[in-house]
Amino acid sequence: MSEAQATFLSDGRLHLHHGPIDLIIEASGPGASAGYERAVRRFQPLLAELAAELPALRTDINHGPTICSPVGRSMAAAVQVFQPTFVTPMAAVAGAVADAVLAALVGKGIKKAYVNNGGDVTIHLTRGESFTAAVVSEQPSRFKIRHEDPSRGIATSGWRGRSHSLGIADAVTVLATTAAEADAAATLIANAVNLPGHPSVQRKPASELYPDSDLGQRLVTTGVGPLTISETLEALERGRQNASTMLANGFIHAAALSLNGELIVV
Amino acid sequence: MTEPLRQGDKIRCDACPVMCYVAPGKTGACDRYANLDGVIIRTDPLTLLDNRIAEGGQIKPFLKADWDNKPFNCDDFQVTAMGAGTTYPDYKPAPFIVSKKIDGIDFVTVVSEAIFSYCGVKVKIDTDRHIGDEGSTVRYQGEAVGLVITGEYGSQMLSLGGVDHLTGGGKAEGKSTCEALMRLCNKEAVELFIDGGSKVVVQAGKPPIVDEKVEERMRVGCGSATIGMFASQWKGLVDEVVVVDDHITGVVSEHQAGKVLGWEDTGIRVKGRRSTPGRYFEVAEPGLGWGGTNIEDPLTILGDWNPKKGARPGLSILMVSTTGDQYGYYMLDEDLVPRKQAMPDTLIPSVELIGENCEPALCTVMFMGGAGGSLRSGATNNPVRLTRSVQAGTTTVTVGGAQAYVWPGGGITIMVDVTATPDMAFGYVPTPAIVAPLEFTTTLEEYERLGGHRTSVRTLDDILAKGGEYGSNVRAIQK
Repeated sequence: MSEAQATFLSDGRLHLHHGPIDLIIEASGPGASAGYERAVRRFQPLLAELAAELPALRTDINHGPTICSPVGRSMAAAVQVFQPTFVTPMAAVAGAVADAVLAALVGKGIKKAYVNNGGDVTIHLTRGESFTAAVVSEQPSRFKIRHEDPSRGIATSGWRGRSHSLGIADAVTVLATTAAEADAAATLIANAVNLPGHPSVQRKPASELYPDSDLGQRLVTTGVGPLTISETLEALERGRQNASTMLANGFIHAAALSLNGELIVV
Repeated sequence: MTEPLRQGDKIRCDACPVMCYVAPGKTGACDRYANLDGVIIRTDPLTLLDNRIAEGGQIKPFLKADWDNKPFNCDDFQVTAMGAGTTYPDYKPAPFIVSKKIDGIDFVTVVSEAIFSYCGVKVKIDTDRHIGDEGSTVRYQGEAVGLVITGEYGSQMLSLGGVDHLTGGGKAEGKSTCEALMRLCNKEAVELFIDGGSKVVVQAGKPPIVDEKVEERMRVGCGSATIGMFASQWKGLVDEVVVVDDHITGVVSEHQAGKVLGWEDTGIRVKGRRSTPGRYFEVAEPGLGWGGTNIEDPLTILGDWNPKKGARPGLSILMVSTTGDQYGYYMLDEDLVPRKQAMPDTLIPSVELIGENCEPALCTVMFMGGAGGSLRSGATNNPVRLTRSVQAGTTTVTVGGAQAYVWPGGGITIMVDVTATPDMAFGYVPTPAIVAPLEFTTTLEEYERLGGHRTSVRTLDDILAKGGEYGSNVRAIQK
């Protein structure tokens, strides 16, 4: 079995890889190299910790067993708030891993840092620092998070991504306090952007695509055919309602939903 | 181990602590490891083509550890760019620059997965059916992806893709074009619709399906050519032979080939437009009947028989299509009306010979693309020297190990038969553009002369042992 791997990319960023996880990490400030060392140390056992309680992490939070590992607990906490909607802690796994590694990295002499886990990003900013992110979509855009802003987590979900989605959103990007929270919210909003029973949408049971999937027999999107503009907006509206409720409850700070070239921002 | 290695047909991947059970043909949570025929393999390893693997296209993974320790024989291996990854920006050395010895000369293969914004496929469809007018738009998923171009002998031709469909049209057009190209190049069956014409299912190396009908055979030639080929075999066995064909229908007694053999006039009259003696255009409409025409009863193309020019009761006639699929034997009655008869055994071999001489009808997909852009910088510091070296034939170009034809003229415009490339060799990027494995091979001496990335050259053994920036596993597939 392969161990966790740590390599520096040619531009000086740190690449951590283990099994399905790939993290790209950058830190600045005099304490950066010490920070990288702490990140590597934290990362080494992380996947094994999660794997040890995978069955629990793959169970619906509404009747899931107790979770012990620290990263598992933050995953569970991030999805807990959405009960009674069906969701498993796995909806927050990418964000929670990023959060955990960043938490280890941050320390003395780190001015600014981020951990990017395949698009789910967590950032650390000291006073005066800001973080600019680019969103690649039909209308490419940038946004800036400053030290005084509350958001430290950015996550994107959609059926085209690596994880399976119950919905048809091309991408839902969410800003929240942590990456785990952003990850969970993005997953659920992307699930909500949907046109149930629409003939253009191809779906397959998740377990058929990936036998161990936490989504079990639930139908996940495997293809989206032509949609009219009104159908597109109808699907986005379902997601928007979901996102607005989350915003009103303070779970997220902002969300951008895109489908079929249309973009709405909440 | 407390858990079983298998769960039904799923096998456990122990590459990482997640230990997924992976179903046949599926990947684990990481998308990197897959279950291929009961074996866990890397989905994207650097691919080596191994002559030593037995027939049957078996794919097997191998690592440094389980390699059989035979010394590497260069004739057995070719490094391909599949799974090599790409470097961006391009001026960084290509992911693998391999040096290997061939007949004592140090060869260098520069291996990269190239992104082709300028590319397309030329499709040859072996059928005489009229699948659409020249210049007609070809559609995939309702989007325009190319057009019908000038036909070839026994084949219809399509030209698909190109930069104007990939990036010059709308987003949906580009996406559909990219998908159609990738699937065609990966030898998948693709359903194409031709404006004002047919629905054609095209799959490289497989018979075309035109309007739900599978094409079995190419015609042996046009009707006139068939007469030319077989006239002597019919002489003395039958009084008249008509070869029915949508392009040119041939009549042996009038045809030059029959005249030379001293064939006598029969008083036959064929409807349609006479081209030269014994050769008739437009005897019927194009269709799915005899010889690519719409006729089911061949007698409908014949007029009255003229007794002044040789028609007589008892005159025998063979009518046959250009594939030998349809045939009939007739005899003129007292009123000079042809009546169907059982075919004499003596004529059967000639009809069978027509069928035997027909090639199986297939689809050919040629990938064509321009490799003269910035990716050259991955191979050398002086890109134009690479272009010149390729044009001079000193550096050879392969796509997934398959020899590419390099077009004369400027740039590096290549063409390759996709059936010669390994399975699933082609991918895409959302630009949209096609990603194809591309290898430049030359001598080490020439490579240095070109300004190659000398310090990045590694031996094959070194790559097998240490891998590249993107992983250390390689697989061998049959060359």
